[in-house]
Amino acid sequence: MLDAVFFYTFALLTLGGAVLTITQRSAVHSAISLIISLLGVAGLYLLQQAEFLFAVQIVLYIGGIMVLFLFVIMLVNLDEAAKQHQFNKQWWLALACALVVGAEILYVLAKGSGAFPLPPQAQPPAGMGNTELISVSLFRDYLLPFEVVSLLLLAAIVGSVIMAKSTRRAGSQPARENS
Amino acid sequence: MPISTGHYLVVSTALLLIGTLGVLTRRNIVIILMSLELILNAVNINLIAFSRHFGNVSGQIFAIFVITIAVAEAAVGLGILIALFRNKGTVLADEIDLLKW
Repeated sequence: MLDAVFFYTFALLTLGGAVLTITQRSAVHSAISLIISLLGVAGLYLLQQAEFLFAVQIVLYIGGIMVLFLFVIMLVNLDEAAKQHQFNKQWWLALACALVVGAEILYVLAKGSGAFPLPPQAQPPAGMGNTELISVSLFRDYLLPFEVVSLLLLAAIVGSVIMAKSTRRAGSQPARENS
Repeated sequence: MPISTGHYLVVSTALLLIGTLGVLTRRNIVIILMSLELILNAVNINLIAFSRHFGNVSGQIFAIFVITIAVAEAAVGLGILIALFRNKGTVLADEIDLLKW
C-alpha cells in the first residue's frame, strides 16, 4: 500500500515536471521543472532498490548537469528568445506522431504481455548491498566498457572545450575554422 | 493492485513521449537539450525496472553508462550551443537554416 502511494507520488512528480519542462516559456523555469522531474526519477530508482543509482542521479544529474544548463542559460542571452513563439509550426504534426507512437507502445504492452511471459519477480541476492553488487559487476564483468567510457568522456571534454572557446583572435591572424 | 514492472514501463513510455514531443516542437535549443535528458531518463527507468525484475545487476551497470553518455552529450551539446550563439546570435532551432534553400 505504502509502495503504491510512493510510486504514484514519484510518477506524478516525474511526469508533471516533464510536462512543465517542455511547456514553460522561460528557460530557467524549464530547468527548475526538469530538476523536479529528475528528483521523481531518482525516487523511482529508490523504489526499485537501486540505491547507488539514486545517489548518482542526485549528484550527477541534479548537481552536475543542471548546473551546467544554468551556466549556459546565463551565458547565452535568452531574453530575446523568450519573447517569440515557443513552438514551431509543425507542433500539431509532432503531437499527432507522438500520440500515435504512444498508442502503439501501450497497445503492444497490453496485448503482448501474454506473448512474452516474464518470470515472477526475482529476489535480490542476500548478504550483498546494491553498491557492492554494482562494483563487483562493473570492475569484473564490464571492465572494458568502463575503460572505453572513460575515453569517451575525455573526447567529450576536449570537444566541448574546443567548441566553447573563442575563435576570434585579437591580432591580424584570421579566425581559424574548427572542423 | 500491487505495483508491477508494467507500471514502471508505462511511466517510462510517457516520459519518452513527453521528451520526444519537446524535441520535435520546441524552438529553443536549450530546452531541446533538456528534452533529450528526459528521453535518456525514460530509458534508465526501463533498465532499472527490468534489472529489479530479473534480479540481475547488469541493467544498473548499463544505466550508469547511459548517465555517462548523457553527461558527455550535454557537455558537447551546450558547447556547440555557445559556439552557435556566438556566430549566429540566436538560439532558436528553426532560424539556423543555412542548409535550407
